[in-house]
Amino acid sequence: MAQNGKSVVLKIKRQASPDSNPYWEEFSLRWKPGMNVISAMMDIAANPVTRDGKPSRPITYDSNCLEEVCGSCAMRINGRARMACSALIDKLDQPVTLEPLSKFPVIRDLAVDRSVLFENLKRVKAWVPIDGTYDLGSGPRQTTRQQEQAYPLSRCISCCCCMEVCPQFNDKTNFVGAATIAQVRLFNTHPTGGALKEDRLHALMGDGGIQECGYAQNCVEACPKDIPLTDAISEVSGQVMKQAIKDIFTR
Amino acid sequence: MANPKIIVVGGGLAGLSASIKIAEAGGNVDLFSVVPVKRSHSVCAQGGINAAKNLKGEGDTTWQHFDDTIYGGDFLANQPPVKDMCEAAPGIIDLLDRMGVPFNRTPEGLLDFRRFGGTLYHRTAFAGATTGQQLLYALDEQVRRYESEGRVSKFETWEFLSAVLDSQGVCRGICALDLRSMEVRTFPADAVIMATGGIGAIFGKSTNSVVCTGSAQSALYQQGAHYANGEFIQVHPTSIPGDDKLRLMSESARGEGGRVWVPKTAGDKRDPKSIPESERWYFLEEWYPKYGNLVPRDVATRAIHKVVYEHGLGIDGQPMVYLDLTHIDRATLDRKLEGILEIYEKFVGDDPRDTPMKIFPGMHYTMGGLWVDFRQATSIPGIYACGECEYSYHGANRLGANSLVSCIYGGFVAGPQAVAYAKNQAKSSTAANGAFDSERKRQQEINARLMSSEGSENPFRIWRELGEIMTKDVTVIRYNAALAQTDEKIVELLERYQRINLSDKELWANTSFVFTRQLYNMLQLARVIAQGAARRNESRGAHYKPEFPERDDVNFLKTTKAYFAPDADEPRFEFEPVDTSLIKPRPRKY
Repeated sequence: MAQNGKSVVLKIKRQASPDSNPYWEEFSLRWKPGMNVISAMMDIAANPVTRDGKPSRPITYDSNCLEEVCGSCAMRINGRARMACSALIDKLDQPVTLEPLSKFPVIRDLAVDRSVLFENLKRVKAWVPIDGTYDLGSGPRQTTRQQEQAYPLSRCISCCCCMEVCPQFNDKTNFVGAATIAQVRLFNTHPTGGALKEDRLHALMGDGGIQECGYAQNCVEACPKDIPLTDAISEVSGQVMKQAIKDIFTR
Repeated sequence: MANPKIIVVGGGLAGLSASIKIAEAGGNVDLFSVVPVKRSHSVCAQGGINAAKNLKGEGDTTWQHFDDTIYGGDFLANQPPVKDMCEAAPGIIDLLDRMGVPFNRTPEGLLDFRRFGGTLYHRTAFAGATTGQQLLYALDEQVRRYESEGRVSKFETWEFLSAVLDSQGVCRGICALDLRSMEVRTFPADAVIMATGGIGAIFGKSTNSVVCTGSAQSALYQQGAHYANGEFIQVHPTSIPGDDKLRLMSESARGEGGRVWVPKTAGDKRDPKSIPESERWYFLEEWYPKYGNLVPRDVATRAIHKVVYEHGLGIDGQPMVYLDLTHIDRATLDRKLEGILEIYEKFVGDDPRDTPMKIFPGMHYTMGGLWVDFRQATSIPGIYACGECEYSYHGANRLGANSLVSCIYGGFVAGPQAVAYAKNQAKSSTAANGAFDSERKRQQEINARLMSSEGSENPFRIWRELGEIMTKDVTVIRYNAALAQTDEKIVELLERYQRINLSDKELWANTSFVFTRQLYNMLQLARVIAQGAARRNESRGAHYKPEFPERDDVNFLKTTKAYFAPDADEPRFEFEPVDTSLIKPRPRKY
């Protein structure tokens, strides 16, 4: 743990472009109270010199809200997939190692391309099919219990940590990953969203579908928002199974 | 033109609202955003969204909402569009409810409402304490639906550089930078909507997200768009100071009963929980018995400043006061405020259910922005603006939970207005000949100059100096001498900018290069804010000058309009009368 007057050492895996070789650089920074991984990288940008005095370049990384709600700054910190903004330096062992998420194409340094999740959300029609934005009165009444079930699922920040830590999320299985399945549960449960339930369940059948889940339960451990991902997977698995049986008799 | 092509710049609540309306009207949208739209700053809005649904038997009306908003804004807003917004708000809540926003519910299954600052009514619908996130997601999902139908094309991780203006000064499209390949490209459109959000980065640390630099609106201002009321900056009374940013602690904490206090004795070192009631000073409740902790933000912020700097009663002598929720039961706190309590817990390390939070005012919002008319049209033909980047709904101070409704309402007006404008335009005017090429070349030259600049100045250090002086002299309390010095300092920073040295000259995903381009626009816009503040010799809403402590309706019941004088490379100002046709201005006393 760093103390006042001491320094903070960061070991960062860097990569200039998607097809170039990665390399490591170390930076030594003056410790400040309340420092987190993002503010440490801001300090590097203001004085980009490595630990051994070589001029370097600011780190490329994704970030936006710095309040753990936009989902931008996911990376591997000391080997663990998590959000950089809420990674407080005082709570990390040093040197603090920063690496890009390993299951997504690197753009540069710590920035990766996570557009696969947004594509998956299109595939499962993760929306409520409203008739239009004109005035049609209030929405369906819902109990507090329904709201309390939906709200945690709706707090998914699309950080992709659950996919990074999932052993089944890889090139071989094409598994959609927990985040998308949780959204299927959310929209299938909604009184109007349920209209597209069958389409969503069909999208989760076959190649890369929900059956690829190996129940490793890493996802729920890694989720920074404590979303009940494994519950969602069990529930949606059941829905997919029922749909598959129903399909046999109706198709 | 049957299916006009509209460019929307910005994918927060305002941009997404506009996009949905355009797609619904049969138009095609090219949606530009510096981040994937689901990561826009709107996610940071916490407490809720206002609408006079009157579901608590209090007799709330849209007129009362309108009156609270105008009075809260110290009569500086033009009144007709504010009235229209307040009347539309209940329908907007219904629509969001239909889109699936998980709003908190009453036992009967209806929408629950909480209280917020500057009103005596329960008027704020909320989804836990992450309302902005929930609203943004609902709109993002509808836009994704239109995207899958081919009506919306997203250009995510593209940065707006400038508008393409033809020889008549009419907007024909935009020029943008691909944040990965660093390619500069122009895109034609029949109309453009700016929805580029806040300007927090001009103040260094603020509650805003990293992307809220104001760069896009500044670029447009430098191309001739008028910028209005720039001097009106909201400093939120309760933020959590941090090394990288100031994190917001929502007004909903007070809406649910949170109390602000300091120990009556300076330097009291006791654990706050052990300080008896009789030795605590609940200064907001004492000074403002009617509204108590829910006075508007400018009022609460000045009160906290006074207690800390004039009475010397900041906690441990630091600029901090307590925001206390510990008297509220844990189940209620978790049900209504979990999202914000979690932020405090994660970033400070204390559980606010057990320990009073330590908070201090922080730069939060700009009431000022691109000048627009009552149809959201900027002063450049073909360019519309909505959301925080324009000035029209909040006057001299925004009420809490009015920003989300103004973003969505503004987008709902701007979208159809842009479509109507586009339908009236003649296709392919010859006036546009050459405009695209010349704008692209102009931007490429700026880039080349920056890349080859061989000076010694680090852009991040210039930025820190800008933020420090803007926060010190152009936020809560303003003196003319300090404002003049601030402007001189910004001029100095602009000179030093010419000697910048980029440590990164790669032409791939170069974030510091992009930031350096934004920095120039921040500096230009900072002058509009500082000079606007210097010119307004009165105190109104968030703008407070001890040398002129009263509101002066005779001289300053006026909109400040800044425009860029290219020959002098600095702002010029004029004042425009405010439309007060519906509610007669009265003294603002909470």
